[in-house]
Amino acid sequence: MNRGVVPGGSVLAMAIISLTGVVALLGRFPGLAGVDLTVEAGEVVLIHGPNGAGKSTLLRVCAGLLRIESGHGQVLGHDVRSERPAIRRSVGLLGHDTALYEDLTVTENLRFWARASRVEEAQVPTALDRLGVPSRIHDVAVRHLSAGQRRRTALAAVVVRRPRLWLLDEPHAGLDAGGRDLVDALVKDASSAGATVMLASHELDRTVDLATRHLAVAGGMVVGDHGPEVDHAR
Amino acid sequence: MTTQVAAQDRGDGDPTRAHTGSRATRGLGLVVLAGLVALVLLAFFAAPPDDEQGDAVRLIFIHVPSAILTYVAFFTTAAGSAMWLWKRSSWWDITAHAAAEIGVMFCALTLFTGSIWGRPTWNTYWDWGDVRLVTTLILFLLMVGYLVVRSSGGDDPAVSTRAAIVGLLAAINIPIVNRSVEWWFDRTLHQKASLTDGKLEDLTLFTLVFGLVVGLLFFVWAMIHRFRVGWLEHQARAEDLDEALEARRSEAAAAGSSASGGEA
Amino acid sequence: MLADIAAVAGKDLRIEWRSRVTASQVIPFAALVLVLFGFALDANRPVLERATPGLFWMTVLFVTNLAVQRSTSIETSDGARRALLLAGIEPVAVFVGKALAVAVELLAVEIVLVGGVLVFYGAEIDDWGLLVLTCVVATMAVAAAGTLLGALVAGIRARETVLPILLLPVLAPVLISATRAFDDALGSVAVQGWAWLGLLAGFGVLNSGLGALAYGVLLEET
Repeated sequence: MNRGVVPGGSVLAMAIISLTGVVALLGRFPGLAGVDLTVEAGEVVLIHGPNGAGKSTLLRVCAGLLRIESGHGQVLGHDVRSERPAIRRSVGLLGHDTALYEDLTVTENLRFWARASRVEEAQVPTALDRLGVPSRIHDVAVRHLSAGQRRRTALAAVVVRRPRLWLLDEPHAGLDAGGRDLVDALVKDASSAGATVMLASHELDRTVDLATRHLAVAGGMVVGDHGPEVDHAR
Repeated sequence: MTTQVAAQDRGDGDPTRAHTGSRATRGLGLVVLAGLVALVLLAFFAAPPDDEQGDAVRLIFIHVPSAILTYVAFFTTAAGSAMWLWKRSSWWDITAHAAAEIGVMFCALTLFTGSIWGRPTWNTYWDWGDVRLVTTLILFLLMVGYLVVRSSGGDDPAVSTRAAIVGLLAAINIPIVNRSVEWWFDRTLHQKASLTDGKLEDLTLFTLVFGLVVGLLFFVWAMIHRFRVGWLEHQARAEDLDEALEARRSEAAAAGSSASGGEA
Repeated sequence: MLADIAAVAGKDLRIEWRSRVTASQVIPFAALVLVLFGFALDANRPVLERATPGLFWMTVLFVTNLAVQRSTSIETSDGARRALLLAGIEPVAVFVGKALAVAVELLAVEIVLVGGVLVFYGAEIDDWGLLVLTCVVATMAVAAAGTLLGALVAGIRARETVLPILLLPVLAPVLISATRAFDDALGSVAVQGWAWLGLLAGFGVLNSGLGALAYGVLLEET
């Protein structure tokens, strides 16, 4: 059952993410212990759960960054076992670490990112502007930035890509009030543009209204799944 | 699959009694032992001294078989490495590791006996101009590197992949280096194909072949044991993983039942 | 593809240039090694002259170890490795780009080393063409093997010690051939330098080919 109605529309859509019995290891530790999950286009999925529940691991699997030990599935139509490079190319992931080169400036980092992602370099200033990264730090090496500025820069790198699937791991962490509002606005914009968003967060009061679906994760498995619009409970 | 090979020797399913021997391997071990005794008798007493080299020739009864077995072992490692990269087959991965360890031992023996033999015959323990010597040394160092990589990170599959690439690198590089230099510059002290030109005495030839057979049997015997050790480790890890998965799932179940109040 | 290679090489060189490590540490280190070899052998001038090609390439080997460590650490710090994976650049392009950057650094060091050999060791160059070509071809082979092995040890905890253990035997044939070619170029021993250069080119192609094939496998193994 990979097809369903997009919230707010009647178009039949392919599942953006479909995972069945996915087990993924972090070294010898089973980060995911058997995840079944279907996410359809346009959904905004909030993943919550205690520390060590497997939220980040789930996002990494969805990003094609982690080899899965057993189970199967697809992300954006690509197999999570055999087509991980294709998945990585098409998702936008904001991880715990910012995935930026410390010795390059903000602009250089984003230019490299844009070139690699086959995006016009002209998008770079737009994206930085969108994230409120002031132009005085555009030519400062990332190693001299504050944590919040790094975070904004890393988000700009995701925005530059215009991905169909956004994977945001604690996107509000380390940001000031303005930055948090910015993240909310980004998520809303992305979803209204038809993109799918998965975000892991502890800030439930903030993200509860943002999400169309709530996913409770614990012990490396999905233990609760419900949402205001689409009822996925089993 | 061949997964049952070791499993049936695990002592009636009792993991504390798991061992790597069986009636067949004990029999094989005895044959190898007897063969080694016979080889020593043949090589050091029965075979005649060489016209030119005298008693020094006796070392080739160890040197030549161990050199050949070095190549057999490292070829096995290369094949196992390729199969790991291609199919991610743990069976082949363990085979590659086992063969590399045994191969390094044979390679050391080859270098050791070769340099002792070189002293009376070439008048030097070591000759840097001899391509085969130098490439064998490089091969030895590379395979030591293989074992270093193996020991660097536990049982992570990434370790197997790294080691497999080193194994293939050695297997592809060394023959090409060896052949190309010999071919381009003809630089070797090693005699070419002395086995085939009919100069050797019958008993010498027999001892050589006998040594090769004994060496091969020893290789098989050691491989079986080393493989089974690896396979038992592999199984223990699989059991550990099952336990960890079980623990993780009960963690999920506990969280699920406490949170199920809000669900339909 | 070419644009990706340029992007990767440009990034690595820019980072290297900004940190000034090659200029301020690696080149002085190389010069120091050369001087130390000189101290060790200077009492016997003919021996020093005879050994010059070997000492030159030994020094390059030490420098390669450093350069590859640096090149690898760019990708292992703070999630940058993840950036390279997510960026979706073809692994072959990453490999070629990074190898090119290492090669450029090594060539810069070699220029200084040639000067050092002329000044400190009193070497004289018989055949400039052979010398320059040998440097370029050997550097290509060294950079390719180094980049591959750098990626191979990237995930290992003790990578600083494991890298030379693998690097030295893999590069030994390259260094032997390069040394022989230099023997001819510097006129220290009469050998067929151009033939050794041909062999060297073969090793270069071999290392590059194997590296390009294996690099993607290693990058994928996260």
